[in-house]
Amino acid sequence: MKQTIMVITVALIFSAHLSAAPDAVELMMNEYQAQGASASSSEQGRKLWQTETNGRSCTNCHTDDPRAQGRHQKTGKAIEALAPSVNTKRLTKTKTIRKWLKRNCKWTFGQECTAQQKGDFLAWLRQQ
Amino acid sequence: MKEHVSIWRWTLGGVLLTSALGLGLTGIMTSNVQADRSGYEHDDDDNKWTGSRWGGVEKNDLYQQECGDCHLAYPPQLLPPQSWEQVMDNLDNHYGDNAELELNDKKQIQNYLLNYAAGRYNYGSSNKFMSANMDRSGPPRITELRYFLKEHDEIPQRLVSTNKQVSSFSQCDACHKNAVAGDFDEDEVSIPGYGRWDD
Repeated sequence: MKQTIMVITVALIFSAHLSAAPDAVELMMNEYQAQGASASSSEQGRKLWQTETNGRSCTNCHTDDPRAQGRHQKTGKAIEALAPSVNTKRLTKTKTIRKWLKRNCKWTFGQECTAQQKGDFLAWLRQQ
Repeated sequence: MKEHVSIWRWTLGGVLLTSALGLGLTGIMTSNVQADRSGYEHDDDDNKWTGSRWGGVEKNDLYQQECGDCHLAYPPQLLPPQSWEQVMDNLDNHYGDNAELELNDKKQIQNYLLNYAAGRYNYGSSNKFMSANMDRSGPPRITELRYFLKEHDEIPQRLVSTNKQVSSFSQCDACHKNAVAGDFDEDEVSIPGYGRWDD
């Protein structure tokens, strides 16, 4: 009996700890808001995905569907799906999110994305 | 009696000295042969880049992860140190792509590349890649090094540049099936849509 209570207590503490930890997207959203972004819009995020600038858009490499496997335009290397629903590793690390949004906004749009754009984009992608 | 012992001693001494010299001479000859053989094997290995140590270079997880995401993480000994510096100083325009890294990651990767760059050893392939075409302008390219060109001069363009499954000589791993393991041995070459290459 004592043992059962112990196991339940440990399990409860552990699960409480897990749910308390904010996920990577939440952390990024907080950061964007601190930088002046207002509430994010997944609809705006979807539009950003399709926006074409000088022949470049997210879809060049990632295809129209974020659940599909993409392909690097130059090296031809496969790019695993971005959608968390098919690739659970996506959107789990703030460092990785920062790195790729910086690089890819610069390549695609010729400049860094604003905090608002990044928030909108993550709001849309996390639903995919 | 005294003389008898003395002669006996001289004979024994002589025999021992001769055999010692003989053994020594045999030893020197044998070791020479072994040294020659190991020298020969060494040269052979240099061309193979085989083994778990990636052609004698320790693999670096951060390098594999950060650079290998988009392309084969090219073995550092394929470019001279000054070329790697040029690559790492221009990550915002990395052959037309943006490949910027966090400062700490950039430093770690740059240190690794410079530690193992071409010319860091006084023998073999590492040195061969030092004969880079330094007079040309633009970013450094492994595919334009003299040694690279010499090794690939018999391969027609239609099998690489205009072959959709390969597209460029930069895609080492399209044909070198063990390139990821640092093995560029000719025996492992298989050109997509063509097959084994034997010259």
